[in-house]
This record gives sequence, structure tokens and C-alpha cells, in this order.
Amino acid sequence: MMETLLEVKNIIKRFGGLTAVDNVNMQIFPGEVVGILGDNGAGKSTLIKVISGVYHAEEGQIFFEGQKIKISNPMEALKIGIETIYQDLALAENMNVYSNIFLGREKLKKYLGLINVLDHDYMLNESKKMLNRLEINIPSLENKIRNLSGGQRQAVAISRSIYWNARLLIMDEPTAALGVAERGKVLNLVKTLSSQGVSVIIISHQIHDVFSVATRLLIMRRGKKVAERLTKKTNTDEVVGLIVGSLPGDYN
Amino acid sequence: MINYNKRSEIGIRILRRWTLIFLVGEIIFFSIAGTNYFSLKNLQNILVDSITVLLLATGETFVIITGGIDLSVGFMVGFSSVVSAKVMVDLEAAGFSQPLAITMGILAALLLGLIPGFINGFLVAKLRVPPFIATFGMYGIAYGFAEIICSNVPIHNLPTSVGSLGHGYLFYWLPRRFFSFLSIPENLTREELKQLISIIPNLTVITFIFIGIFAFILAKTKFGQHTYAIGGNINAAERAGVNVQAHLIKVYMISSFFASLAGIMYVLQYITGRAPAGSAYLLDAVVAVVIGGASLYGGKGTVVGTITGSLIIGVLEIGLVNLGIPTFNLHIAVGCILIFAVLVDQFSPELIQKEEWSA
Repeated sequence: MMETLLEVKNIIKRFGGLTAVDNVNMQIFPGEVVGILGDNGAGKSTLIKVISGVYHAEEGQIFFEGQKIKISNPMEALKIGIETIYQDLALAENMNVYSNIFLGREKLKKYLGLINVLDHDYMLNESKKMLNRLEINIPSLENKIRNLSGGQRQAVAISRSIYWNARLLIMDEPTAALGVAERGKVLNLVKTLSSQGVSVIIISHQIHDVFSVATRLLIMRRGKKVAERLTKKTNTDEVVGLIVGSLPGDYN
Repeated sequence: MINYNKRSEIGIRILRRWTLIFLVGEIIFFSIAGTNYFSLKNLQNILVDSITVLLLATGETFVIITGGIDLSVGFMVGFSSVVSAKVMVDLEAAGFSQPLAITMGILAALLLGLIPGFINGFLVAKLRVPPFIATFGMYGIAYGFAEIICSNVPIHNLPTSVGSLGHGYLFYWLPRRFFSFLSIPENLTREELKQLISIIPNLTVITFIFIGIFAFILAKTKFGQHTYAIGGNINAAERAGVNVQAHLIKVYMISSFFASLAGIMYVLQYITGRAPAGSAYLLDAVVAVVIGGASLYGGKGTVVGTITGSLIIGVLEIGLVNLGIPTFNLHIAVGCILIFAVLVDQFSPELIQKEEWSA
């Protein structure tokens, strides 16, 4: 059996009297795309915030590549290789594509053998290679992020995390703000990532989007994981039934 | 795929360079309308006259790019001028040689001048005080301390060589006689002194050396890159591992360093130290930065733009004096240019439009 990239066991997260995540187990394998589905308030976002270090679970364990880990803040999650692609995307809009990809880890060169200056050529070329590897087509990497579309921005944010060795991407509603054409491109990008060994957790209300990329689905209701299905062995009717509770789950 | 409209592209390019075109237009206008406006002497006068605004605006550029503002620089000039003047006078009275007294005065002002910048940065970055409030507080504090140091009276009787440094030029040229570096040859007749041509004021040289260094830092280095990133998206910068708090403290220290430098230049130029020195230039400095293309929301601006903005004000001021127009008209003109600058910034379409993307 293949080793899991990420495994969470018996996670419980409470907010006062409310149990937002109630004893959830989940496994993700390398290169796998897992969709988490559920209605508003089902606990999807809370669960991924526990994984990305934003929240601390009261109980439960997290394992990364078989090692038990403790993620106390988002920076630690990043260092481990867990990166969340946020809605606001955490890009500096006033800067160009390659500067964003290298932000905080700029490549420097010596000017006149003395002073460290930015090595624009290197950063531009490396970024080009990265975008080509992910089959992303942005006409000029010297474009400011401000001039890019929502899908392009998402692609830049993803390229940035992959360039810096992210192993697991968490995408929260990645297609929500996009038009039809762009939505398809982002979903294609998710497939490309998966084929290159990057694992992806995708959360979305757009059930069809999740069906088109995820191999496995995890359905949550009122904080509990109610069912887990292989995408090819289920259909949207069943999944909707599980989400709204008209079908009984497997675990209750 | 991309449908560039050539004509509008050229139009946008011109609009983007409007400050430079405006500056050249100003010089041409005053050269024709004024008397002896386009002369070496007058152009050098403009540069010397603009030193305070140039220095304050360069430091302010860094702060404004991060999305902040530094109001304290208005009275930091006076503070630094009285500190350096006081140290020079006291040390000379205590029997130190003039060069040593002057050097110590300059160093004292530069070192003490970093403290308000550090406090500003600390308040803004660590304690999350809005920059406007933090630096406005420091504005009053700097003025108060300056008045205490000089006991409410301007400091005069500075070492005599302050003047020769502050009013000196890099080159002196007497046509067909000599060309000398830094000093005027002795034993010149009165007639010869009249014909003497002085080239490049010392103060301008010092000013542009510092501006040049910091223009390089902003445009070419990691420090500059992080300054833009903080102004563009402070959360993104933090997530990317930039030490935002330390960076902001450094940026406010750069601003107060330039204000201190302006105070020292004031002492060298006017051979006196005054608490209110330079306070009138605070708004001009902010205006120069904005005319130069920076946005008060942060993330945008360049030192070259700021220099252009500063010179637009300087050229206009001397031009109005030259034409005999009362200088209060300057405020009207500068106000109009400022509003125009902001309008151009807001309505100029982006050069690069959204393009098709395929993944």
C-alpha cells in the first residue's frame, strides 16, 4: 500500500459549545485530488484551517508522510509543504508575475562585484519554466498582477507555491469568482498538478467542478464526516442526498 | 490576440511621462518669459533652492510606497538644524578646531535624527498606530525639543568655514585663465571675481549623492522590492516571509535620516540653526512625491519621479519670482498641479490590458 502524504485522525475542534469538527478522519495520498463537500456550516473550512495551522484542534493527530506533526501556525504549515490558496490569493497586485513568485526569496546577483541586486533575468526565466511545467500560459511575466484575470492570478499563486516545493495544496472555493472558460482552466491546472505528484484538497459548492477533478469525495454534515466515496462509484444525486441528509451516512 | 491600438498606446506613453514634459515645458516657458532665467547661475539657484524639498521628498517616497506617511519630517529639519548648529558652536567655544566641530555637529544631527524615525516606525509597525497620528505626534515633539535646545532663539555665530563649505562650488572657471577644483585661487582682482564662473554647488552634489544611493536601493535591491510588496499587500509580504515590522522601522528611519540631512544642509546654506527651519516644505515634499507618480494608498512611486516632482515645484517658484509675480500664487499653481497629477493617475488606462489566458 502506498504511503499517505497526509493523515488526520480523530480531529475535534470546538468553538465554545459548538463542535465544528467532530471526530473526523481523513487520508490523502501523493498526487491525489480529494474533494470535501458539505453545506454551509458543515465544518469543511474549519477542517482545512486545522490542517493549514490557522486553528488548533482540541483533540486528534496529524501525520505528514507518516511522521506525527504539530502545526501551530500557517508559517509552519508552509514549511512542511502544506499551502492554502486563499481567495485574496496573497499576491502583491502592484508587482509583476515573477516578482510575486520570488517574493521573500528573491534571487540576487553581484553588481560591480560588490552590491547585491535583484537578478531579474534569472527570476523571469525560472518563472517561465515553472509556468510551462504547469502548462500555464500568461503572455508576459512582466505584467502586474493587477492586470491579470482571476484565473491567471490563481495560476500565479499556485505556481509560486509549487516552485517553493508545496506538496499539498488546499483550494477553498477556487472556481467561485470565475467565468466558465476560466473555471475550466483552473480545473485543468488541478489535473496537471495531480499528474505531477502534487496532492490537492478542493472545497467547493460547485459539485460538478469537484466531480470533474477529484478522485475521492469526503462528505461532511454538521461537523461529522458522513460518507466517503470514490468519484467514479457515485453520482451527484447520491452526493447531494448525503450533503443535505436525505440519505443516511455511513458513519452514524 | 492582443489588439494594440498604436495611436492610443503612444497617447498613454505621453500621459505617463507628463511630469517630465511638464517640467521641460515650465523651463522653456520661463526661459522665454523671464529675464536671464535660462542661465547657469539661475539653474543652479533652482537646484540649491530645491534641496530641502528634494531630500524630504526622497525619504517620504519610501514611506509613501509602504502606504504610510511621515509628517514629522517638517520639524525634523529644524530639530536637526539646531542640534548640529548647537554642537558646532559649543565645540568651537570649547576650543575644538573648526573642521572637527563641524564634523561632530553633522554626526550628532545624523545620529540623533535616527531616533524619531525609529520611534515612528516602532509605533506604526509594532503598536499599529496609524502613520498619520504617530508622525504627527512626533512633528510636535521634534519642534518642542528643537525650541528647548536653542532656547527659543536662532543659533548664530557658527564656525566661519561652515559658509565656505555651504556656499562653495565643485568647480570654478575663469575663462582663458584657470579652471580649479573646490577652491577659488587667491589674489584675484575684483574684476576677475566678477567674471568668475562657479559650477555645481557643493550642497547639490551632497544632496544628489544621497538621493542617488537611495534611488538605487529602491529600484534595484531586495530592500526596495520588499518596500513595494508591503505597500501592495502587507499580508502577502508577511506570508512570503518578509520581516514587515523591521522593514517598516527601517523605512521610517530612512525618512528621518533624509530630514536630518535637510537640516544639516539648512545650517550649511543659511549658517544658522532655527527650530522652524524647513517646516514650510513638509507639504511641498508630499506633493512632490505624489506628482512624481506615487499613490498615497501605497505600492507605487519612484525616486526619479519624486525628483521630477520636486523640480517642478522649484522651477515654478523661482520662475514666479523671476517674473515678479507674488509667491502666494505658487500655492495656487502647486495645488492645481497636485490635483491634476492625481487625476492623471486615476484615469490613465492601464497600458497592458487583460489578455487571453489558456492553461
